[in-house]
Order: sequence, then structure tokens, then C-alpha cells
Amino acid sequence: MSEEVNAALEFRDVDILFDRGNRRGAIEAALARLDAGETREEIGRALKVTVGVAGANLAVARGEISVLMGLSGSGKSTLLRAANRLNRPVRGEVRIGNGLAWLDIARCDDDTLRTLRKTRIAMVFQQFGLLPWRTVRDNVGFGLELRGMAPSLRRDVVAEKLELVGLSNWADAHVHELSGGMQQRVGLARAFATDADILLMDEPFSALDPLIRRKLQDELLDLQKRLKKTILFVSHDIDEALKIGSRITIMREGRIIQTGTPDDIALRPVDDYVAEFIRHMNPLPTIVAASVMRRFEDLPRLPDGMLDGGRIAVAPDAATMWVAGRAVPVRPHSAWVEGALCVVPARLSLGEIIALRQRSGLPVLVEAEGRLVGLCDDADILQALCGKARFGAG
Amino acid sequence: MGIDVRDIEHRETGAARIMAPEQWIAEHKIPVGAVMAAVVDVVRKHGLGFFDAITDIVGFCADGLTMLLLDIPPLLLVVAATAGAWFLRRSPALVALVALGLLFIINQGYWNETMATLSLILFSTIFCMAIGVPLGIACAHRPRLARALQPFLDLMQTLPTFVYLIPTLILFGLGTVPGMISTIIFAVPAPIRMTQMGIARVPRSLIEAGEAFGATGRQILWKIELPAALPMIQAGLTQCIMLSLSMVVIAALVGAGGLGVPVVRALNTVQVDAGFESGFVIVLLAIMLDRVCRPKDSAS
Ligand SMILES: Nc1ncnc2c1ncn2[C@@H]1O[C@H](COP(=O)(O)OP(=O)(O)OP(=O)(O)O)[C@@H](O)[C@H]1O
Ligand SMILES: [Mg+2]
Repeated sequence: MSEEVNAALEFRDVDILFDRGNRRGAIEAALARLDAGETREEIGRALKVTVGVAGANLAVARGEISVLMGLSGSGKSTLLRAANRLNRPVRGEVRIGNGLAWLDIARCDDDTLRTLRKTRIAMVFQQFGLLPWRTVRDNVGFGLELRGMAPSLRRDVVAEKLELVGLSNWADAHVHELSGGMQQRVGLARAFATDADILLMDEPFSALDPLIRRKLQDELLDLQKRLKKTILFVSHDIDEALKIGSRITIMREGRIIQTGTPDDIALRPVDDYVAEFIRHMNPLPTIVAASVMRRFEDLPRLPDGMLDGGRIAVAPDAATMWVAGRAVPVRPHSAWVEGALCVVPARLSLGEIIALRQRSGLPVLVEAEGRLVGLCDDADILQALCGKARFGAG
Repeated sequence: MGIDVRDIEHRETGAARIMAPEQWIAEHKIPVGAVMAAVVDVVRKHGLGFFDAITDIVGFCADGLTMLLLDIPPLLLVVAATAGAWFLRRSPALVALVALGLLFIINQGYWNETMATLSLILFSTIFCMAIGVPLGIACAHRPRLARALQPFLDLMQTLPTFVYLIPTLILFGLGTVPGMISTIIFAVPAPIRMTQMGIARVPRSLIEAGEAFGATGRQILWKIELPAALPMIQAGLTQCIMLSLSMVVIAALVGAGGLGVPVVRALNTVQVDAGFESGFVIVLLAIMLDRVCRPKDSAS
């Protein structure tokens, strides 16, 4: 309920169909068959109608990065492009909220649509979509120019946005003089220039090589901390999705199969299709201490009343820790000293836990809300690496 | 190997048998020519004032420009053209070509004819581009219009020029104007086709970029499609100039002045030397105009 009030962009029962045969009534017939539960292939074969997206429901909250994932042809781009009506849904609503009221961009008139595109929704393209005959400055100012903003005012805004993406020295260069990574920064600056609060990004980093891709992901996260845009992001890279997404939506054959936080997707895949995706992810930056640890309350008791943590014994109130019959001090990981047990916050990533376990030579303790709640030893780490992290953690 | 007599007989009787339907077909001639003649006649009767006005205005403009060009001292014009070529292209080789070419024309004694031809080409090219670019844009946006126009464009480029020279003569009389009209009919398909191709080839992604930022149809045309198609449109312009130039001789036949006149005269009097002289001048003019107007290779 609170989510709905907060949402900036919401898809409601969206169906998007493409008529390949141009036969009259084909779309209506396809909708009827879709409702009767026929599959995408059947409809495609019978009516020459491609089901791009079927029955999609998704709310994107203000200020979050929502990532659409799925195999090629699963309808990610089609759904994303419905958000600014580059594809028009044949059924359903695409609602753009301004905090007070909703507008259905799928059905609004052309003037409203253009106003929304000019002021509320900006887009970043996979192949950049920059105008090659224009300079970087004029590309970034494109949206403002369409709005009819005076060149002198435009110049200041453009300079500010170029500064934001670190391209101030390239303002007068032509697009083709820039590397791919720089071109996509121009694309970002162009999208930021209109001060739209909703950003649509269709695989914006897929055309770049991995090193540049990671750099731009970091930059995007960095910018997002300051700008707090509402971002809908298409990706086919699970690591990218887990890294930048606050929510991830998995699509298959035009339908949304699962929506959830990265942890939800990584730890609680609803079916084999989703599980297949996360099987190939890199767990080190994604899985957090809370999902790796064994909780103290789940530990068996030793005859002397202590909890059995394998190499360490834990006092029932978690106040003292014993290693090989000796009480050892406990230190936060930032102030760790030789011989002490290391404590990490529940959100720390598996990669860092492994590094700390390696340095201290001892299990790593996990704290949440000021209390020690669990521990990660080698067995837990290995289990997490095999993709069998614990459920219900944190 | 020998010819069978019966075979011949056979063929002859066969021919005699089908002679009758052939005759029938020939006797019921579809009045293509007559209809066209009637159309031209009607157009002439009802549009006499209109065509006279066109003749007067266009003739006045073209001949006026020729006069103006002839009033300027030739050497001054050579200097101006050379400077213009440098300004447009910044290529020493091209500047040399223009300067030497124009001097050669003066040397051969064809300066006046060259000026008349230039003004004819200028006017017909302006006219062709003014019609061709908008029509090309319309065709690119409306495939059905393009399909409807296709046969007419083919016709304009393949129908022997002399055929439509006759009605233009009837409608516009002898002089510069019928020459220009024939030139336009022949040359205008080039800018139409090139513009259409240029606009149709603008990448979908660029147009979507425009749409995504809220561009109107007009903004997409002016800020995306036309700049993207500019090299093609420029190629259309060059083609149009070349096609116009190739019409100078035919234009001269209906009374337009220019470099075609000495060619026609040489043809009538079988003068090899005069024919080649004016021919060379035409080629030279074509090369100069082509090099100056051709789209830059570097701009990709
Ligand atoms: N304009 C269109 N006309 C016809 N069919 C289309 C159109 N756009 C998309 N489709 C079809 O809709 C389906 C979904 O395509 P979409 O581009 O959304 O997939 P995607 O998930 O983005 O895939 P990719 O990872 O390859 O980009 C595909 O079968 C595609 O062929
Ligand atoms: Mg896609």
C-alpha cells in the first residue's frame, strides 16, 4: 500500500502485442486467445501476432533502481519502452505519478505525452542514440533545445551536466571522436539535462567492454546517491542487476515471473528459470553476511552450557567467546587486532568476509542492531559459494 | 537440310489465317497519341494566360541573370568564382581547376554561352530542389505516395526528351523557358529519389531518440532527418546539376541560349572543330560544378 503511493512509475496489467500480418481484428483475436491461456508460440503461429509483453504488473518506487532481466526476446525492452510510449500497450495502464496524481501515459493525448517526455521521463539507449553531426555540447542540450530553451540558458545547464559526467573538456568535440564509454556518458548527461525524474535505460552498458562497464556502473550508483532518480534499467547481466538494482524483475516470454530485492532473487528463486540465472552469478559481491552466517540460536549446546560454534564456543548471551579453551577479545573489523575475533555488519559482502576470515585465521562474527547474532566459518562460506546460502537470515 | 516446300506453304497459309485478327487489332487503334494531343490542346486553350505568365516571369529571371553575369567583367568573375571555390572547399587543386578552367573558356571564346548555360542550370536546379526535396521527404514518410509516384519518375527519365519537347513548345513557345522545362522534367527525379532514400535511411534509433525526448514531427524532420540525410540530398543536388548540364544541347534545339547553341550549329554545318570546342567546354563546366558541389568524403 505505501509502495503504491511511493511509486513514480507503475505498470498495470500491461499487454503489448505486435501485429506482423496487418490483418484486421488480429490484435483483438490475439487478446482473446491470450486470456484463454494460449501461449506466445500458439498465438504467434495462428495469428501472426507477436506477444511482446503479457499481463505485466510492476511498480517502480521513487528513487529506486529497478532492473528488468530475462533472456533475449523475453520482452524487457518492450516493457521499458512502454514507459514513454515508444511502444504503446494495447491493454492496461502505464501510470506516471507526480506524488499527487496519476497520468496514464498509454492513453494520454499527444501534447501530454510530449510534455511528459520533455520533463518527466528521459531515456538512455544501448547504442547511445547520439546525433553524429552534433558536438557533445549540442547533443547534451538536445532535450532542452526541443523544449525551446534559449541557447544562453542551455549552455549553463549543459556545462553543469557535462561536469557531472566528467566530460567538461570534451564539450566541443564531435561524438565520433569519443570512446564508447565516453559516448554513453554523453547519453547519460543528455538524459540528466532535462531534469527528468524517471530514467529509462535499455542495456546502457552492454555495448561497452567489461572494465568500462564496471566503471560506468559505479559512476551511475554514485550519481544516483546524489540525484535520486527513479530508474528502470534493462540488463541481461545478473551481476550488473544484483550490483545496481534495488529491485530485480525477471521476465520470461513476455511475462514477469518474479520481482524482488537482489537477496530475494538470489536466495529465493521462484522457479528453475530464475535459479538458472543466478547460478551463473558471481556471489562474492552479492551475498551478504546475514545470508552466510549460522545464527547463534541455531547452534547446538555443549555439555557445559556453551554454544558449539565448531572452532569457537559461544557463551549463551554471546558476551564471551572461547577459542581452544581461552577467552578471546572481539573487535569490529575496522579496528581488528591480531588474535581477536572480527565482527562485521550484516550487510557486508561475502567477498569481504572471506578476506577477513583469511586475515584473522578465525571465524568471523556478525552483528545486527548492536548485538552479535551469528558466525561465519569456513563451512558456511563454502556453502554460500555453492549457492546454498541460508534462508530467512537478517 | 533442304527446305521443305510444303513447310513454306504451310507457313503462308498460317499467316494468311491470322492476318485477319491482326488487321482487326490495327484497325481499332487505341487513341493514345490523339488523347495526349487533345489534352495538350485543352491545357493550352484554358491555360494560355497562365503559361504566358510563366514564360514571361521565368524568361525574365533567367535572361536577366544572364545579362547580369555578362555585365560583370569576365576576369573579375573568374576571381570571384575561384575565391568561392576556395571558401567552400579549401583545396588548392580544386581552386586551380576552377581558375584554369574558366580562363580556358574565355580563351576558347565561349564565355557568353557559358554564362547563359550557368543561369539556365541555376534556375532549373533551384526549381528542381524546391520541388524535389519536399516531394522526396513526403515520399519517404508515405510509402504509398512513393509507389504511386514511381512510374511517373521512371517515365520522366526514360521518355525520349524530344517527345515532351513538342508539347512544351506548344505551351511555352520558343526560347529559354521550354528549354528549362524540359531540363526540369528530366532532372527533377534525381533530387526526389535521393532525398527519399536519404530520409528513409535515417537510423530508427536516432528518430526514437528524438521521440523519447519529446520532439514533434516537425522537430524530428528538421533536427534529425534532414541533417542525417544531408549528404544524400547534396548528392542529389550534384546529380541534378549534371543532368541539367546534359540537357543543354536539347534546350538549345528549342531556342534556349547557351553552350548547346554552338553544338547545334556545328551539327547543322558539319563543323568538327566547333563541335569539339563547345563539347569540351561543356565537359569542363560539368567537372568544375561536380567537384565544387559534391558532398565531402570526410564527413561521414
Ligand atoms: N517493433 C516490433 N515489431 C514487432 N515485433 C517486435 C517489436 N519489438 C519487439 N518485438 C518482438 O517482441 C519480442 C520481445 O522483444 P524485446 O525487444 O522486448 O526483447 P528483449 O527482452 O529486449 O530482448 P533483447 O535482450 O534481445 O533486447 C520479440 O519477440 C521481438 O521480436
Ligand atoms: Mg532489448
